[in-house]
Formats: sequence, C-alpha cells, structure tokens
Amino acid sequence: MKNQLLAALVLCVGPTLVAAEDVAPGDVAFSDGAVLASLTGAVGDAVAGRAAFINRKQGNCLACHANAEIPEQSFHGEVGPPLDFVAERWTAEELRGIVSNAKMMFPDTIMPAFYNGLEPNRSLKKFAGKTVLSAQQVEDIVAYLQTLSE
Amino acid sequence: MKLQNAIAAAAILSFAGTMSFAQDDNELSVDGQLISTEADAPAHMENVGTVYSGWRFRSEDTQAMQMDDFDNSGFVFVDDGLSLMASVDGSEGKSCASCHENVEDFAGLKAKLPRVNDSGELETMEELVNTCRTERMGAEPWKYSGSQMTAVTAVIGLQSRGMPIDVAIDGPAASFWERGQELYYARVGQLDLSCANCHEDNYGTMIRADHLSQGQINGFPTYRLKNAKLNGVHNRFSGCMKNVRAEPYADGSDEFKALELYLASRGTGLSVETPSVRN
Ligand code: HEC
Ligand code: HEC
Repeated sequence: MKNQLLAALVLCVGPTLVAAEDVAPGDVAFSDGAVLASLTGAVGDAVAGRAAFINRKQGNCLACHANAEIPEQSFHGEVGPPLDFVAERWTAEELRGIVSNAKMMFPDTIMPAFYNGLEPNRSLKKFAGKTVLSAQQVEDIVAYLQTLSE
Repeated sequence: MKLQNAIAAAAILSFAGTMSFAQDDNELSVDGQLISTEADAPAHMENVGTVYSGWRFRSEDTQAMQMDDFDNSGFVFVDDGLSLMASVDGSEGKSCASCHENVEDFAGLKAKLPRVNDSGELETMEELVNTCRTERMGAEPWKYSGSQMTAVTAVIGLQSRGMPIDVAIDGPAASFWERGQELYYARVGQLDLSCANCHEDNYGTMIRADHLSQGQINGFPTYRLKNAKLNGVHNRFSGCMKNVRAEPYADGSDEFKALELYLASRGTGLSVETPSVRN
C-alpha cells in the first residue's frame, strides 16, 4: 500500500513538476544569455542527457541539430548548426542558458525555450503551464553537451 | 547528361557542407500536361524570391506517384467523390449532378478560392459545397474535413489542375488577408514557433526526417502516404499547430479561413495540383 502510494508519487515527477530544490522556471537568472547556477543545485548525468537529446518527446535536439557523436540515429536536422565540439565554443553556463531559453543568447531564434516561465500563446492544454524539459533534464543535457569536445 | 548533372550536384553539395538542396529541379508533368511548380513570388512576399510547390521537396518516388493518375492513390477518392456527386441526398431529392451536370464546369474555381462573397464573408470550397447541401438539397452538411468533403472537393479541384493560383487579396478581401498574414507570423504553442519559422525561414532544410517545403496549399486536398487518404487543408494547419504543441483553431474557423487565403496568395502563379501526393 505504502509502496503503491510512493510509486504514484514518483510517476508524477515528469518534466512538469518542479522539485523543491529546483530553480523555478520563472526564476531562472540569465546574465548575458548564460545561467550561472545549476538549475537543480547539482551536476547533471551526461548519459541521461544524451538520451533526452535524442528523445522526440523530450529534447528532440536532433530535429534541428546534427551531431556526429550520435551516428546510430539516422535522421539529423539541419535547421540549427551542427553541435560537434560545441563544448569548445561555449562554457557550461552558456550552454545552460542556451538550452533553458535560447532567445536570451540569440534574440528571435527559432530554437524553442526548454525551461522558462513564460506562458506561450495557445499552448495545447496538456502542455499549458509546463516546461518542455525538467530542470534535471536540462542539467543532464548540459552535462552531455560538455562531453562534446576534442 | 543526367550523370553530369549528378556530378555537378555532388560538387555543390560538398561545398555546401551539410546543407541539402532547397528544392530539386525536377519537372512535373501529368499525362503530357506540364504543371508549373515554381513562380516568381508575389510582391507582398518580402522575404522570398521564388515560390515552389511542395512537390519539389518530395523524394523521387513520391514525386513519381503524382506523375501518373493511375499511380496517384488520390484518384481512388476522386472516384468516390464522383459517385457522391451523383447520389441523391436530402429532402429536395437532388444530387450535386442535378444542378452541375458537367463537373468540368468547375474549371477555374479552385484557383480563385477562398474568396469574399456578396455578403462580405470569406468563403472556402468546403463552405460552397455545404451551402449547396443545406440550402439547395435539403441535406445535412458534411464534416468540414471529413472523407466525403475531401473526396468531392478533390473532384472539383481537379477540374482546375494546371491553372495558376490567383486569389483576390485586395478590396473586401484585404482585412481577411491581413488577419491570415498575422496568423502566419504568430509564434504559438509550447515550442513557440510560427508557420514562417519553418516554411519561410527554413524551407529546404531537414527537420529531423522531414524535408521542409514552403508549406504551399496548391495541391489540396492532398493524398498523404502517412495516412493513406485525402487530407483537407485546414486539417494540415491543425497538424502543424499540434506539432508545435499549440491548440489548433477549428477546421472551418475564421482563423483557418483567413490563413488559407493568405497561404493561397503566397502560392500565386503555382499550378493547382489537386489531388497531390505527399508523404
Ligand atoms: C527548432 C529548431 C531547434 C531545436 C529543436 C533546438 N535548437 Fe539549438 N539552435 C537552433 C538554431 C537555429 C541555433 C542557432 C542560433 C540562432 O538562431 O542564431 C541553435 C543554437 C544552439 C546552440 C549553439 C550552437 C553553436 O554552435 O553556437 C546549442 C548549444 C544548441 N542550439 C543546443 C540545443 C539543444 C541541446 C537542443 C535540445 C534540447 C536544441 N538546441 C534544440 C535551433 C534549434
Ligand atoms: C516545426 C516546423 C513546422 C511549423 C512551425 C509548421 N509546419 Fe507546416 N509542415 C512541417 C513539415 C515538416 C511538413 C511536411 C513537409 C513539408 O511539406 O514541409 C509541413 C507541411 C505543411 C503543409 C503541406 C505542404 C504540401 O505541399 O502539401 C502545409 C500547407 C503547411 N505545412 C502549413 C503550415 C502552417 C499554415 C503552419 C502554421 C500554422 C505550419 N505549417 C507550421 C513543419 C512545420
């Protein structure tokens, strides 16, 4: 019984719920497009980040970015720049800013904001009030991007 | 010759790095009739010089299906549409054919729609069909993007195949057109994207497995390999909105009608391709 309750609670923790220790989507502080502090207060998991990068329902970063480190996926998008060696171009703080809300780094960019508190126009009801990724997933992806160096 | 082109293409490709071609140079002809898949963009399109049909962005296999009416599965539904048009329905004991003996009389209609009617309303082909059903046949209206509607609008649209899109956007149409333009550039949904982000700024690039076209509507209703049926144009708008996680407007809504007029005007000069084949 107790276990069932616990399982139900764990299930609720998706991209939608903000864990108590996470920076709330509306409170993410940008400086020159970068976000200095971890959104979870901890370092992300690069392996989980790689999976979220690929997953069409999570980052789906491959929709727009080619990435030679993921040769097993057959379709890589061309809308954004390839992310090969991206860690040579941007610091972890800048990468966190770009993934959280790329418009703070590249005004008017097509790249969606994955963690911000703004309510977009006409969000589908099931996504209203939610961020695309959780704070944990952003940190995981940032950790993964940092592995993309020479 | 073909080989030379391929070599030239390969050379260009390697210069362009990962970028694929915006569109190919293939020519669309059906039973010897040339169908123009590009045109100079109309003056109101500030950011695009040439408009291209979605056909130019599809694979050669998909393109080939549209080059022969026997290979074009859209024609299965055109046949359904012809039977529907011959069937009596409603309290007046009439079929479409009772008033429209010869479907070829519909030649030219598709190229001009949507248009503003005498009451100052913007009307689409689906609405014209339903007006006949409710007011002249005493029949129930069809669902806006349902299978009967797409079948019959395909029959009517086919009569204009090869004719250039030429919708009126001035005078009484101007305010509808402006609303459509606003909707085209409005960012919507959790992913916060506009139609223009994909179909104006990025046509010709791959978005994961999809080759982005200009999102032209000259081929609707369109037979899609994805769902093996004809798809109405508002249905496609709705699909694109859901992909960016936006709440779509309703099929037949004022918003989608205005967007349809605006998109038709962005395809001015492209040939009607109904029923086109897309993936
Ligand atoms: C709809 C398209 C799209 C999606 C989805 C997208 N991006 Fe981007 N991204 C872009 C574009 C375009 C740029 C270039 C910035 C600009 O607009 O000038 C960019 C830039 C970047 C940059 C800077 C790259 C460089 O070399 O300077 C990084 C890092 C990045 N994106 C990471 C991601 C990650 C990680 C994800 C998924 C969580 C993602 N992007 C999803 C379109 C996208
Ligand atoms: C995230 C990218 C994206 C956005 C934003 C988007 N679309 Fe699309 N659209 C696609 C893709 C991918 C296809 C299928 C390939 C193609 O034809 O571009 C498509 C296809 C279409 C087609 C069919 C074209 C044909 O030749 O059959 C139309 C029409 C269209 N879109 C209209 C719209 C409209 C209107 C909007 C805004 C409400 C919109 N799209 C927003 C990605 C997008």
